[in-house]
Amino acid sequence: MPDSLVSPSKTMEASYVVDDRENGLFRVNRKVFLDEDVLNLERERIFSRCWLFIGHASELPDPNDFVTRNVGGKEMIFNRDRKGNFHAFLNTCPHRGAMVERQESGNSLGFKCFYHGWAFNNNGNYATRHEKGVYPEDFNQDGCANLVPVKLEQYRDFFFVNFDEAAEPLESYLADSKQIFDIIGDHSPNGMEVVGGAQKYSIRANWKLLMENSYDGYHALDTHETYFKYLTEAIGGPAEMPTVTNVMDLKNGHASIEGDAPWGRPVAKWIPAWGEKAKAEVEEIRREVESRVGKERAERVCRLGRNTGIFPNLVINDIMAITIRTFYPVAPGVMNVTAWALGVKGESREFRKRRLDNFLEFLGPGGFATPDDVEALESAHRGYAAYQLAPWNDISRGLSRPESEPFKADDEEQMRCFWREWDRRMGGE
Amino acid sequence: MLDEWRLGEWLALFTEDAVYEVPRAGADETADSAEDLFYIADNYFRLGHRVKRMLDKAAHAEWPRSVQSHMISNVRIKGSDEEGVHVSCRFITHRAKNEIVDTYAGHHNYILRTVDGKLRIASKRTFIASDSLRDQGKVTIIL
Ligand code: FES
Ligand SMILES: [Fe+2]
Repeated sequence: MPDSLVSPSKTMEASYVVDDRENGLFRVNRKVFLDEDVLNLERERIFSRCWLFIGHASELPDPNDFVTRNVGGKEMIFNRDRKGNFHAFLNTCPHRGAMVERQESGNSLGFKCFYHGWAFNNNGNYATRHEKGVYPEDFNQDGCANLVPVKLEQYRDFFFVNFDEAAEPLESYLADSKQIFDIIGDHSPNGMEVVGGAQKYSIRANWKLLMENSYDGYHALDTHETYFKYLTEAIGGPAEMPTVTNVMDLKNGHASIEGDAPWGRPVAKWIPAWGEKAKAEVEEIRREVESRVGKERAERVCRLGRNTGIFPNLVINDIMAITIRTFYPVAPGVMNVTAWALGVKGESREFRKRRLDNFLEFLGPGGFATPDDVEALESAHRGYAAYQLAPWNDISRGLSRPESEPFKADDEEQMRCFWREWDRRMGGE
Repeated sequence: MLDEWRLGEWLALFTEDAVYEVPRAGADETADSAEDLFYIADNYFRLGHRVKRMLDKAAHAEWPRSVQSHMISNVRIKGSDEEGVHVSCRFITHRAKNEIVDTYAGHHNYILRTVDGKLRIASKRTFIASDSLRDQGKVTIIL
């Protein structure tokens, strides 16, 4: 595939992203979806340097809890030690590499490698006794036999790791996207939690296409025609068309689109199909939110939804339900996706069910919408094989608006935010 | 029926209070759609729409239509109670589209009930014997 022999870590063709504001044109070269060298460079300059989502605090409610997962292509342990402190370790034995924990989740005082039996406390410290004489007296003075910790920081209940020792602090990296986490935090005074496990699936397309798709306000009516047909029947009343559409450049490549939509929201927008009893409950939730955060903000929290992309690979869609998803390329044309649902801690069984129904109607491998997104991404990816003859994706929509006019959610400005940051980090600027 | 896309006839096999559920791959039989994130948790209304959608050309994931082969074995009648007769079976379903063949394997749990002299499905729960959908990526057909 690579048609140049130039070492990928030193140079990238400057012309992958064309940002021609004067003429209102923005283009991305399709080679960036196919090329192994580009992927290697992304691993080095993006996935090894950006903050990557590892998990939500609610997944580790107690001391000694752990989960294991692949983050940015690396096997990781995300856990709490005996004192309750949070850690992230590479899930690879300092001896000769085997994974020291192979269960998805659990509660454990330590980790023991099954290969030769090296053991570790859950704060990562080496905890094995060997017979005298086989290792030097001062073995592990330098920590060579401890689990390798990875930089871990949190904003609200969201934990991120960074493989770059010199990385800027998470809060400055998240920049204006912190407000998105704040809004989710405002859903309830009790906090939020990850609900009942993750959906793990794959898409046979380049990972960047899912980021574009996740806040693509332009595709909804075409791609999701059958979902909207369903929704019109399901809400039990007229489907109001959106009246609000905001596009937010959240800096550092993060962006969000915000607006209202015809679907119901567990917190807190009622639809007739939920019935009169639920109406009272939803109104009560709304009142509680208003009294806590004020009327104006409650409108944002309750009625408006947001599709947000946190650079490079975290999507937080607070729409008819809340989904968090991350994805990572296993090859230029394949990504692994992991998706979770977020709910309010302590919400009633009926409410939780309604939330999950809302989620499943639209989202996930069996939803009425996500599979059609996947089909679109895979079909685009197949088209890119002809990139030498049809080299450019057009992402110009809305770019030629006069400066005084705000962008709309069905423009493509949010994607341009991603691509500008991608280009900057890849060295194209 | 499913192999031939006779989905209307298939839907007619269900009672009007039926549920059709596909929990996450690897979930056990106690999985509860009010607590756990499933792939599919349809009531009769939503199942009806699922069928309508699958037959709609705008269901892009299934248009042009995939080719399917459903195989069933190890059918066991496990007992009966006031809900109906509990039946389980193993399945292997192949789905081919875009020159890629996806395989799903697992078991179905059915609850069957007689309504107006006809045997109807009151509940179908499909358990996928896998720990992810990394291979298949989606569940856009009836397994
Ligand atoms: S690789 Fe872990 S003990 Fe040898
Ligand atoms: Fe979509």
